[in-house]
Amino acid sequence: MLDRSEVLHVARLARLRLDDEEVDRMAGELSSILGHIAAIAALDLDDVPPTSHVVEVESALRADEPGPCLDRDVALAQAPAVQDGGFLVPSPQAG
Amino acid sequence: MNGGGMPSDGTERGAGGPAEVASYEPVIGLEIHVQLRTRTKMFCSCPLSFGEPPNTHTCPVCLGLPGSLPVANAEAIHYGLMIGLAVGSELAPRSIFHRKNYFYPDLPKGYQISQYDEPLCSGGRLGEVRIHRVHLEEDAAKLTHVGSSGRIHGSDASVVDFNRGGTPLAEIVTEPDVRSAEQASEWLRLLRTTLRQLGVSDVNMEEGSLRCDANISIRPVGTTQLGTKTELKNMNSFRFIERGIRAEVARQEALLRAGETVTQETLHFDPRTEAITSLRSKEEAHDYRYFPEPDLPPVRITNEMLHRARTAMPELPAARETRFASVLGLNVESARLLSWRAELGDYFEAALDAGASMHPPAGAQPLANWISELTARHDGDDPADSKVTPQALATLVGLVGSKKLTQGGAKQVLDRLVAEGGDPAAIVDAESLGAVGGADELAPVVRAALEANPDVAAKLRDGDMKPIGVIVGYVMKETRGRADGGEVTAIVRAELGL
Amino acid sequence: MDVQEIIGLTAAQAIAAIERGDLDAVELFSAYRRRAEEDELGAFTWVAEHLPADMHADGPLRGVPLAVKDLFCTAGIPSQSGSKILEGYLPPYTATSVARLEHAGATIVGKTNQDEFAMGSSNENSAFGPVLNPWDRTRVPGGSSGGSAAAVAAGLAPWALGTDTGGSIRQPAALCGIVGLKPTYGTVSRYGMIAFASSLDQAGPLTRDVTDAALLYRHMVGTDPNDATAVGHPEEIRLPTAERLDGLRLGVPTELTSGEGLEPGVLAAFEATLETARGLGATIEECSLHSAPHALSAYYVIAPAEASSNLARFDGVRYGLRREADDLVSMYTGTRHDGFGAEVKRRILIGTYALSSGYYDAYYGRAQRVRTLIAREFASVFERCDLVVTPTSPGVAFELGAKTADPLAMYLNDSFTVPMSLAGIPAISIPCGLSEDLPVGFQLAGPAFSENRILDAAHALERAIGFDGSPARTRTGATS
Repeated sequence: MLDRSEVLHVARLARLRLDDEEVDRMAGELSSILGHIAAIAALDLDDVPPTSHVVEVESALRADEPGPCLDRDVALAQAPAVQDGGFLVPSPQAG
Repeated sequence: MNGGGMPSDGTERGAGGPAEVASYEPVIGLEIHVQLRTRTKMFCSCPLSFGEPPNTHTCPVCLGLPGSLPVANAEAIHYGLMIGLAVGSELAPRSIFHRKNYFYPDLPKGYQISQYDEPLCSGGRLGEVRIHRVHLEEDAAKLTHVGSSGRIHGSDASVVDFNRGGTPLAEIVTEPDVRSAEQASEWLRLLRTTLRQLGVSDVNMEEGSLRCDANISIRPVGTTQLGTKTELKNMNSFRFIERGIRAEVARQEALLRAGETVTQETLHFDPRTEAITSLRSKEEAHDYRYFPEPDLPPVRITNEMLHRARTAMPELPAARETRFASVLGLNVESARLLSWRAELGDYFEAALDAGASMHPPAGAQPLANWISELTARHDGDDPADSKVTPQALATLVGLVGSKKLTQGGAKQVLDRLVAEGGDPAAIVDAESLGAVGGADELAPVVRAALEANPDVAAKLRDGDMKPIGVIVGYVMKETRGRADGGEVTAIVRAELGL
Repeated sequence: MDVQEIIGLTAAQAIAAIERGDLDAVELFSAYRRRAEEDELGAFTWVAEHLPADMHADGPLRGVPLAVKDLFCTAGIPSQSGSKILEGYLPPYTATSVARLEHAGATIVGKTNQDEFAMGSSNENSAFGPVLNPWDRTRVPGGSSGGSAAAVAAGLAPWALGTDTGGSIRQPAALCGIVGLKPTYGTVSRYGMIAFASSLDQAGPLTRDVTDAALLYRHMVGTDPNDATAVGHPEEIRLPTAERLDGLRLGVPTELTSGEGLEPGVLAAFEATLETARGLGATIEECSLHSAPHALSAYYVIAPAEASSNLARFDGVRYGLRREADDLVSMYTGTRHDGFGAEVKRRILIGTYALSSGYYDAYYGRAQRVRTLIAREFASVFERCDLVVTPTSPGVAFELGAKTADPLAMYLNDSFTVPMSLAGIPAISIPCGLSEDLPVGFQLAGPAFSENRILDAAHALERAIGFDGSPARTRTGATS
C-alpha cells in the first residue's frame, strides 16, 4: 500500500531522516498496519459526526491575569546551544 | 494562516489572453494579523512583552516544554467578538481551535494553534470591503539572524527569543474586493481606526502589532474570472503596502502582456529596492495537516460573553461619520476623513470642546478645514503630536471667524504655531498680524494703490473690473496680507464712486 | 517492623501503621528506596538518593513512597518518557497530578521505566532497556507503564503512577498481577504528562489492591487551571467497602469475548470470575458493542495522528538531544532520526500519513466517526447494564522478544482496552487468577464518572477471588 517514495514523503513532512534499510522496513510495516486499519473504510459513517473531544467542557477559559515567568537561566538551562540569551539554531535561510 | 488548504479567494488559472487586452484591473484580498492588547499571552499567563531582554517572558507553555498545555485567554476571545461585532460578522456559538503543523524554530511546539473550518467570526463588511472571516491564533517567536556562529560549525545561525511567542493574534481575512493599491491602504487605515476605537490593539505597524499580507491577481477589465494570485507577505507600513501592491500589479501585468503566466507563490517586497522576490521555494510544498486541537475544548460563546462584548462597543467610524455629517454639518469629505482617521477625529473633537466661542455647526466645518491645513504642515500622522494644541487651533479658528484675523494671516500664525507652539492671540499681537479693516485704515492704502496704478484706475472707472486684482494685491502687500479681500474691493468701489 | 513485614503492607495498611505509631515514615521510605535501588528488573530509570527535604508526612498519605512513571514531569528530576531524545532532561516544573499527590503526603521514591513516549504494550520500546516481569523474568511486564507495574508487583514500591492511552495502565497491571485504574478522561489533570495522544491520555494508579487504587486516585482528581480539559470528578472518591454485588448487572460484550486470539487459560479465568460475580449476587448478561472490532483501527489512527503532532516539539532547539548540522533541516531530521526509537518513528509516520493532504478524511476523519459510534454503543449498553466486563488482555505475559518483529501482533494486545479509551470511560483491571502460572486480569468498565461504582464492584470481587500476589514479591526479594 505504501511504497518507498510515499514513506519518504511522509518522513520529510515529519522531519524524520530514515536510513535506507529503515525506509524498506517501514514501507512493509506501515502497509500491513494500514491494511488492518483499512477495515474502517467499509463502515457506513455518513450520518455519524466525528468526536474530537470526549468530555465537553463548558467554560475552560483563562482569566487574563499575569502569572510568573521562568527565569531566563531556567528557560535556557536545557538548551543544546545558547547565544545572546536566546536559543541558537542553524539559520533557516542557510543551505 | 497562510491559505494552505484554506477556503479562500479564487486561484483559478488563466486570466485572459495577452495581446489585445486594453487594461487590467487588480483583484486584491487582504489578510491582516493584529496583536491583541491583552495583559497575557493567548494560551498562557505570561505577560505580553514590549522590548524586554530575550526569553524573559516565557513559561513551560510558550516554550513548548514537554507536558505543558494551552488554556485559552478569555479576554482574547472577548476582543475577537468585539472585532466580529464591529464588522458585522456572524459569531459562531461554538468554534474550535485547530493545530497547524509545520516545523520552524520560531514555532516551539511544531504546530501553531489557530482556527480552521470553524472560526470565531464569519462574514461581515467594513467600508466597501467584505470580510471573509476573523479568527484567533498565537503569534510566532522572534528569530534573529546572527550570522556566523562558532557554535554551529562556523555556519550561518539564528537566535530564537520566545518573548513574543504566544502573543494573541486576530487574523482578519477580506474577500477579494479591493481594486487598487490606494484603496488597500485607505481601507487599512479604516480598519486600523476601527481596531483602535475598539481598544483591542495598539495597531502599530512599525512595531508589528498590525501586519498585512495581500493576495493579488489581475484580470482584464470587464471580465469576472479571477487570475492566478500571489501572496505579498508582511508589509509593515501603509506606504510600503501601497508601493508593494503597485509593484506587484505592474509585475503581473508585464508578465501577462509578454504572454507569460503568473505563478502562484509567496513574495516579499523590499521597500528599499522595490524588488519583489519569492519567499519559499516551490519544492517545499506545505501540508499543514490541520486537525482539531485536542488540548482545547470547543469555545462556546455564552449570552454573558455576547452581552459583555456588545456593551463594550465604542462609537465606530461609520457611526462617527454619520454624526459628524448630520449633527455637526461637516461636508462628506471632512466627515469621512475625520472619522476614518480616528486621530484626526479625536483632535477635532478636542478642539471643538476647547473652543467655547465656536458654536457648531457654524464653527465645525472651518475647524475641519484648518485641521487639514495643520496636517499639511505637520510631519506625522497625528496632529496631537504637533506643537499645536487643540485649544490653540480652536482659538485660531475663532479669530478668523470673528474677522480679527484673515485667512492669510491665520496661515502665517499657523506656521508659527507648528514651528514653535504657543498662543495664537499672543502671536497675532506680537507680530502685528491682526486683520486691518475699516475705511479709516484701508482707504489711504487703496488711494495710494490707485495713484500708483493710474491705467488700472482708468479701466475700473470705465466699468472694466478685470484688473481690480492688481489693486487688491497692492493693498495685501502693503498690509502683509492682513486685509480682507472683499472689504478692499468694496473700498475701491467707494473710492471710485462706483 | 522488618523489611519483609514492611513490604507486605499495602499503602493503606502502611498509612494505618504510621498513624498507629507502629511504623515510621522515614523507615518506610528507606526500605523502599533501598529495594528500588537494588532493582534487577529494569523497573526504575531514576531512584531518589535520599529522603526529600520537603516530605509532607503530615498529609493524609503520611509520606508513603510513590513510584512515578518517567513521563510525568518532576522538577529537577530526570523526566525522559523512555526516550533517548529526552535523556537526562530535567523539567523546571512538576506535573499537577504528581504535585497534588506530594501535597497529600506521597514521597517520590523513583521514576519508572516505560515504553518510549508510552508507545508499546511490552515495555520493550524503552531507550533505557526492557523491564522484566517479576513473575517470570523471561517475560514482559506489559506496557507502556511496565516499570510501574513491575515495581508494584515486585514490592519495589507500594504503589505507582502510570498513564493509560489505549491500555497502558490496565494491560501491564493484568500481566503483573496488580490493580490498575484508568479513570474517566478529564478527571485527572494532564498538565506535566509528556503527551502521547492528548485526547486519550489519562493518569491513574497502579496498586496492590483496589483500596489503594481508590486512595491514590482520590488525591489525583480535580480541575486544573493549567489543563482546559480537566473537569475533576462530580463525586468524592470513596474507599470501597462493598462485599456483595447484589443487583449489579454485568454486561459481557460478545464481540470482545468470543474472538480469536483469546488464550484458553485467560478465557477460563475470566469465566471463573463471572461465576464468582454471580455468587456475589450479580447478574451476567451478554451485550453488544458492534463497532468494538473496529476500535483498534480507529485507535491506531487517532493516537498516532495526535502523537505525530505532539512529538513535533522534539526538534533539538530548546531541550533534549540535538544532532548538530550546518543547516536547519538536517539538524531537525538528524536529531529526530537519532533520538526516536523504531516504534515511535513508525507511529509518527502513520500519524503524519493519516493527517496528510488527501488522506485526512479516509483515515483521521473516519476514525473520529468510529469513535462516536463506540461511545454511543457504550452509552446504549449502559442503559441495560451497570458495568461491562472483559478480560483485560487476550493473553498472559509473553516472552521478551516474542512480538517485537510484528508490530500488528503487538497492537492486538490492546483489543480489549482500547474501546474504553476511545469512549473516555473509566475501567479497572484486577488480578483474577493464574494461567500457566502467570496472572490474568479482569476488566470492569462503567459510564463516565462511575469510578465509585467500579471500585466497589472490584473490591467485592477482589475479596472473593483472594488473589495472592506475594510470589512476585518474594521471588524478587529472594534474589536481592
